Amino acid sequence: MSEDKFTFTVDGIEIEAEAGQSIIQACDAAGVYIPRLCYHPDLEPAGHCRVCTCKIDGRRSSACTMPAAHGMVVESDTAELNGDRRILIEMLFAEGNHFCPSCEKSGDCELQALGYRLGMVAVTLPYLWPERELDATHPDIFIDRNRCILCSRCIRASRTEDGKTVFGFEGRGIHLRLNIDAKHLDETTLAAADKGVHVCPVGCIVIKRTGYRTPYGNRQFDQAPIGSEIEARRARPKRGVESK
Amino acid sequence: MMPSENGKPVMENVSAAAAPQVAAAVDAAIKAVGADRTRLMDIVQAVQQRLGYLPDEAIHTIATALGIHAVEVEDMVSFYAFPNREPKGRFHIRLSNTPVSLMKGAGDVAEAFARAVGVSIGGTSADGEFTVEWTSDIGMADQEPSALINGMVLTGLTPADPPDIIAKLRRGRTISTLPLFPGLDSQEGVVFPQARVASSLLQAGPIIFRQAGRGDGVRKALTLSPEGVIQEITKAKLRGRGGAGFPTGLKWKLCRQSPGDAHHVICNADEGEPGTFKDRVLLTEIPDVVFDGMTIAGYALGARHGYVYLRGEYAYLWNSLQAVLQNRRRLGLLGPNICGREGFDFDIRIQLGAGAYVCGEESALIESLEGKRGSPRDRPPFPTDRGYLQQPTAVNNVETLTCVARIMEKGNEWFTGYGTAESTGTKLMSVSGDCPHPGVYEVPFGITVNEFLDLIGALDAAFVQISGPSGQCVAPKDFGRRIAFEDISTGGSFMVFGADRDVLDVAHQFAEFFVAESCGWCTPCRVGTTLLQKNLEKIIDGRGTLADIAALEGLANTVTRMSRCGLGQTAPNPILTSMRNFPQAYEVKLQPEAFLPRVTLREALAEAIEVQGREPVAEEEEA
Repeated sequence: MSEDKFTFTVDGIEIEAEAGQSIIQACDAAGVYIPRLCYHPDLEPAGHCRVCTCKIDGRRSSACTMPAAHGMVVESDTAELNGDRRILIEMLFAEGNHFCPSCEKSGDCELQALGYRLGMVAVTLPYLWPERELDATHPDIFIDRNRCILCSRCIRASRTEDGKTVFGFEGRGIHLRLNIDAKHLDETTLAAADKGVHVCPVGCIVIKRTGYRTPYGNRQFDQAPIGSEIEARRARPKRGVESK
Repeated sequence: MMPSENGKPVMENVSAAAAPQVAAAVDAAIKAVGADRTRLMDIVQAVQQRLGYLPDEAIHTIATALGIHAVEVEDMVSFYAFPNREPKGRFHIRLSNTPVSLMKGAGDVAEAFARAVGVSIGGTSADGEFTVEWTSDIGMADQEPSALINGMVLTGLTPADPPDIIAKLRRGRTISTLPLFPGLDSQEGVVFPQARVASSLLQAGPIIFRQAGRGDGVRKALTLSPEGVIQEITKAKLRGRGGAGFPTGLKWKLCRQSPGDAHHVICNADEGEPGTFKDRVLLTEIPDVVFDGMTIAGYALGARHGYVYLRGEYAYLWNSLQAVLQNRRRLGLLGPNICGREGFDFDIRIQLGAGAYVCGEESALIESLEGKRGSPRDRPPFPTDRGYLQQPTAVNNVETLTCVARIMEKGNEWFTGYGTAESTGTKLMSVSGDCPHPGVYEVPFGITVNEFLDLIGALDAAFVQISGPSGQCVAPKDFGRRIAFEDISTGGSFMVFGADRDVLDVAHQFAEFFVAESCGWCTPCRVGTTLLQKNLEKIIDGRGTLADIAALEGLANTVTRMSRCGLGQTAPNPILTSMRNFPQAYEVKLQPEAFLPRVTLREALAEAIEVQGREPVAEEEEA
């Protein structure tokens, strides 16, 4: 093992990491999936959704923001943590207006896929039925805030990747909403090719005239559960670690 | 598309008419603090002072002046309670809706204000003169009902007062007497007898309120090396007085060791925990000692800049605190070469907050001080490594810094002579509620709740809420417990409730408080606080069953375990501790059924009945 590499364990599995990596980055590379929602590999972590919360040396923290360190003992795939994660997913379903059967993101939606992966059968929490706004003014992009989960992926991507800062938050607490840098979306510099448009994990920001190109049943999470693309990496690197 | 599509009022006319004023207001603000993105809070407050609110044009002009996007200005502005995005009354009257203020009659006083100006609470009078609103705690729990009017505080009000107050306000011109808020012209002979915040220092103890000369602690510190000062604080076993109890010496050591271009000292005067007002008393009675403590911290940490983050509700202290700072500069206790020590330069700036409880959390405070929304940060990195402007920063409570000065004056052995082994020194307790003498008491750590209740004369307390909503609801069976970090750890809020007070009512008001004050950054707190309130309401409304108790407890535990910062982690405490200590209060509300829906069929159909204009044909279902 080279100088700047070290190991820690997640649920007893030894993970090799290098300095500067967060727990989630190291685990992704090693093929160990930690459920997450607001995290995106190309963006700075923001710690909104808390789905990736793990017990790290006995204390809970979000795996996306916690730097990996040598000898850390991380618990992730436990009944208690997965139970809490499922409640977080339920909270997001209860907070917005999510109608999967009529949503063009169904099957590609990370919120929906996490619900399935974490064993959410129905929302057991009271729905809040908020009034949320749509914006269809842009020729190529449509925003439906009913489905927004306030993950800030678009905000971060628009600022750091697109250099446009089209998005921001407005308000606080349960009244927090996704804001845009103009009255209407067509007055912003947003373009369909922007990263800020493509990182939305749900059906809030959608590109017009692309819905249903792939039919229900053939979409990403119709084929395999969310996280399996990460878990597919596992077998090889793990043997590599063990051989040392 | 809906006409009010983005939820903002249409203000083109106002903006167009006010355009020159908007430009002038933004210009003046930028001139005062510079085109500095980190001073956005000051710019916004100064512009609002001139215009009364922040029209869209002001948002855009500020953004242009700072070279940022309007959406970034809105992001910050919309977070805080005090900035107005739409026109409000020339006089903005705010009353706090805490359990203590309400039991002292704030409801009747608020109604009387509303009647006197002809609006319902939350509204603005037709002539644009007055807005009457509820707000979270304003730091006056010892003299409620109180009202905050454009930065001025009126205390000890009765429902008979508002008509006279309103009449006087109508006559008054709004001329700023306060730096950042439209104030009242006191030169006009308009006198408000209620505009007097009582000190309420009822028991001065041997440490915090001891007599000493201004700057004594600083001069003593300068006889030691910076490391020597930290060692002295460490030996005194001083722990943070905000409630968390982190060892101050360790915090300073970590901060000093951390490499950076500049180290910063921050005094956390965002005293927002309902029922706490001891920092108000310290900043009124002995501000020089607080500034001594900050200056000592500056010396120990090698910091040149100190900041007092003063909660917006305490804006009325601004002028007196500035005068104290000015005097210290004159005396050589601030500025270059303090006390003649070559190279020891330190100065203090006061940052006024704008109404956000969460900014009392140190990383949220730092975000706010940088001119952003006050959402806490994920840790690590800790502020001692990367705090204000990403530099090593020590954030200390007002009371902690006072203790620092006292330890320097008299030494660590004297300090550890008070309190317990793990909780040295004394603690300021802010007492409010059902007791004859609300106010601030300095007591040694280790005092039992019972002893303290005797001291303050609250002889028939049914329960006590210690540390505010985020603390715990303590029942008589636990009155033998001690106030100390190793037992009941507290920032000092001590609310007494008599036998006729309803535990569930108090828990519900606290639940509402967290809904209003959650920053919204993380899911469990943003959504969880609202769900907790709803689930509690179901039980209070008599529609709860045993299953709802289990659901409420489960949800509360998830919010505690998964939230990002202390606000969310403690938000379920009022519910969890009242459930644990007063199960009977919940039990009497429960229904025998295995399950009851949240709403009755009739409530569910109400909207349809209204739309159709006719009653359902079927027989009424039973509630």
